[in-house]
Amino acid sequence: MGEKRKIALTVNGKRYEDQEVEVRVTLADFIRHQLGLTGTHLGCEHGVCGACTILFDGHSARSCLMLAVQADGHELLTVEGIAPSPDELHPLQQAFHENHGLQCGFCTPGMLTTLLEFLRDNPDPTEQEVRIAISGNLCRCTGYQNIVISALDAAKRLRGEGPLKPA
Amino acid sequence: MKPPPFSYHDPKTVADAVKLLGTLDNAKLLAGGQSLMPMLNFRFVQPDHIIDINKVEGLSYIREKNGMLEIGAMTRQRELEFSDVIKARWPIMHEALLQVGHRQTRNRGTIGGSLCHLDPSAELVSLATGYDAIVSVAGPNGEREIPFAEFPVAYMTPSIEPNEMVTAVRFPQWAPKHGYAFVEFARRHGDFAITSAAVLLEGDAGGRITRASVTIGGMGTAPSRAREVEVAITGQVPAGTLFRDACESCRKLEAIDDIHAPASYRQHLAAVLSRRALEKAYARLTGKDVSAAKAH
Repeated sequence: MGEKRKIALTVNGKRYEDQEVEVRVTLADFIRHQLGLTGTHLGCEHGVCGACTILFDGHSARSCLMLAVQADGHELLTVEGIAPSPDELHPLQQAFHENHGLQCGFCTPGMLTTLLEFLRDNPDPTEQEVRIAISGNLCRCTGYQNIVISALDAAKRLRGEGPLKPA
Repeated sequence: MKPPPFSYHDPKTVADAVKLLGTLDNAKLLAGGQSLMPMLNFRFVQPDHIIDINKVEGLSYIREKNGMLEIGAMTRQRELEFSDVIKARWPIMHEALLQVGHRQTRNRGTIGGSLCHLDPSAELVSLATGYDAIVSVAGPNGEREIPFAEFPVAYMTPSIEPNEMVTAVRFPQWAPKHGYAFVEFARRHGDFAITSAAVLLEGDAGGRITRASVTIGGMGTAPSRAREVEVAITGQVPAGTLFRDACESCRKLEAIDDIHAPASYRQHLAAVLSRRALEKAYARLTGKDVSAAKAH
């Protein structure tokens, strides 16, 4: 085993103290293996697919391109922390659910975290802006059309204007 | 995939970072990690020591000083993208940054990291070339400055010693009203550009070009200035096929063959993209559209 360090961080509002990590471990592997939060997915592991996107101090980042030791003292949000409660989906998740915004679901955690930051910065985006926002997230089901529709629907819901198509 | 084993150091000052660089063998600086981390994951690099400079104080700032834009090496690309000063006075940087990777990578990636990684198609490297930026480097004997023209010494190799680190970069300012354009061709938004063109123009009241900077990226071992184009258009009032004819010389620039495109395609792109960038920059400078000469 290589060199180790102890880190403390907050993930999805929960405080984790005294976490011993090998310094070479990526943040993505730490989140999945040590914290057991396997909602963050690993596709390419070299910063191309976007599946491992998390929010690091509120900003999207690829957790495969960071070391776990770099998260010491910081605040993370993973896909598990998006819903307000175990029985309720976030409007962004609800929009994905209703618009068939996911097929196999592998890219979804990265899509959601990426869009969470994007819709916060840009509450009323154009379709083209949504496409650029998710350009760093690969969907191998190629379900982009419904992901874009879901994002636009979520934007409308988050603006308090209700869903695109009333139920 | 996992990085190979290494020792981890997180200095708090430039002096400590430089000291570590001078005493540790086979050490790599970790800035934003958007290039080094993939290389570690693939084990393309196997350093014995990682010196993480994310906690080094005083390396993240954007300020105007003596008519220059001074940027700390650890300033994130995101901060440059959202900077009002840059949008107003160095607008080509804003335009170029929107084509640097994706939001997720710009949130972490730094200007110092990008310049030192020195990918020949990197947008910020092209801008440093086009502006004749000045790089500040700290080493065991203090600071020194390197004009950007002397910064690349070989493919992805900057002219800094193993015991030195980049601390800041300064970009000169062009006239308050100047023309600019950053144009690139990539297969997908955010991909590395196959070829890019960065143009800065100054002109007089009659629309005559008085100063020009034309940089082609993605062609050779580092971005380079298209000097023949700059000379051909300076002193001219663009009309007819001036831009088109001048940009033909870009087909003679040295270009690499790789899996993305043959050299001849890159040379073709260089001629086309530099013309488009000139037309866009000139329209921004004067409000005149000179691209109507397409039929010729």
